[in-house]
Amino acid sequence: MNRLDVLIVGAGPAGMAAAVAARRVGLDVMVIDDQPAPGGQIWRSIETSARRDDILGPSYVEGRAAVEAFRASGAAYRPRTQLWRIEPGFHAFVSRDRRSQEIKAKALILATGAQERPVPFPGWTLPGVLTVGAAQILLKNAGQVPAGPVWVAGSGPLPLLYMVQLLRAGGQIAGYLDTTPTGQWLSALRHLPRALRAASDLTKGLHWSAMLRESKTPVVKGVIELEALGEDRIETVRYRTNTGATVTSKADTLLIHEGVVPHLHAPLSLDCAVAWNSAQDCYVPVVDNWGETSRENLFIAGDGAGVAGAKAAQLRGELSALRVAEKLGRISTDAIATSARRIRRKLNRELALRPFLDSLFKPRPQVFAPVDGAIVCRCEEVTAGEIRALATIGQPGPNQIKGATRAGMGPCQGRQCGYTVTRILGAAQNRPPADVGFYHIRAPLKPVTLGELASLDQTAAHDR
Amino acid sequence: MFRKLHEPVSAVLTINIDGVPAAADPHESVAAVILREAEPWTRLTPVTGSKRAPYCMMGVCFECLAQVDGVASVQTCLEPVSDGMRVARQITPRRIGK
Repeated sequence: MNRLDVLIVGAGPAGMAAAVAARRVGLDVMVIDDQPAPGGQIWRSIETSARRDDILGPSYVEGRAAVEAFRASGAAYRPRTQLWRIEPGFHAFVSRDRRSQEIKAKALILATGAQERPVPFPGWTLPGVLTVGAAQILLKNAGQVPAGPVWVAGSGPLPLLYMVQLLRAGGQIAGYLDTTPTGQWLSALRHLPRALRAASDLTKGLHWSAMLRESKTPVVKGVIELEALGEDRIETVRYRTNTGATVTSKADTLLIHEGVVPHLHAPLSLDCAVAWNSAQDCYVPVVDNWGETSRENLFIAGDGAGVAGAKAAQLRGELSALRVAEKLGRISTDAIATSARRIRRKLNRELALRPFLDSLFKPRPQVFAPVDGAIVCRCEEVTAGEIRALATIGQPGPNQIKGATRAGMGPCQGRQCGYTVTRILGAAQNRPPADVGFYHIRAPLKPVTLGELASLDQTAAHDR
Repeated sequence: MFRKLHEPVSAVLTINIDGVPAAADPHESVAAVILREAEPWTRLTPVTGSKRAPYCMMGVCFECLAQVDGVASVQTCLEPVSDGMRVARQITPRRIGK
């Protein structure tokens, strides 16, 4: 196969916008994505969900135009394709329909987005406990809602949006367990003047809160601890508030959300520099203002480069694509300077609300300090207590914990336990998370079968 | 555990989950269908044998692993349904060659 100008990983807002911009200047572009259709998580199933437009609302419907532009861009598009290894140069190894293939590209734009922050609490592994994002995906993809009254727990804009969508769909909410630390309004206030530049998004949030009040949805504020109890599935939820009250209630489903964090496995596997972002409580890749990482011609666009939302992701995708075109000599430095100025003006407006949101919805400390009995590594069933017990024998880092307990060795490869292990070690060893570091991430980034590996040789032979 | 807002209408597909037929809409994921079942779980863990069900629905938690058309450990949240698909809950650790 010929070497592409640019391979884009991810067909969400950033990846699609990057593809459209790169095609506009004539680059040879391929987009791979592990989902069956374009749109990313925010616009999941946008091409097949028209009957649910009224429920999902205008910011979702906006995605349809973005997907149409992407489909019309002429970029090669490979859905249901998982990236499992990248080598410098770049050689990307992907699997599709249980066969693997090597794709060569001069530049790489990772637009792999974000995932919901894992929040270990006792019982979070029980069937019937899902993330809020998962429930929203079920609404988008399958038009389905929790069968009975659902408990929603957590903090941030997404639970509010989902509850509004669920009410529009005729779903029932048992209650909202708001875990936002009370009083964070005060620290968020200093970011309000800048946030007012994004007044329309701010209004949207206030509107959601108002709808929730009108619906008489029970809201419990200041929830600090959460527990799901049941035999083979959740039967009850128990929570404790900052006033000391402990309440147990019947529960059929419980949804949890404590913000989102960038997907870092691909850049970490290439040793791209990352830095700790204390405002967002996560690592973010170190990138320049085009999204280029510490590794030349490797770009990260969208939430994968730090969470900023879909509109910002589109703009960052465009910026990365333009820079790739310039580096490949397809457009002049003057031409991209003009476009970049226009894009950055919009981007600044999109980023205006972020510090306010980050400050208002900063996760409660308990998110990073699960009780001893809580499972941290879902795959290998390693508890917080087991990790804590080892944390002060010497000064182990995440990789020693992995070796000693198998935490991070299951099929999710640390996507669910990585941050918690870092934070537990940090707390026990009195070190900031930036010092503790993260698991060493190595290929394969997704589980690959021997058959898939063997098929590589056949595709290579076919190419010759 | 979950219910559909509308009954599957357009070209209903049937998939088979552990021998039980289940109606599905085109484009929806296998995991979504399983969450509507009376037994809404996908696998037993290899360590303690506890039941797990789809959790993230976006390919990062691997709780929705099941056997699909004879292939083990398929992420059912990423797998769109197709008519006649055979799904089996995953009750043993994966073995080479299965």
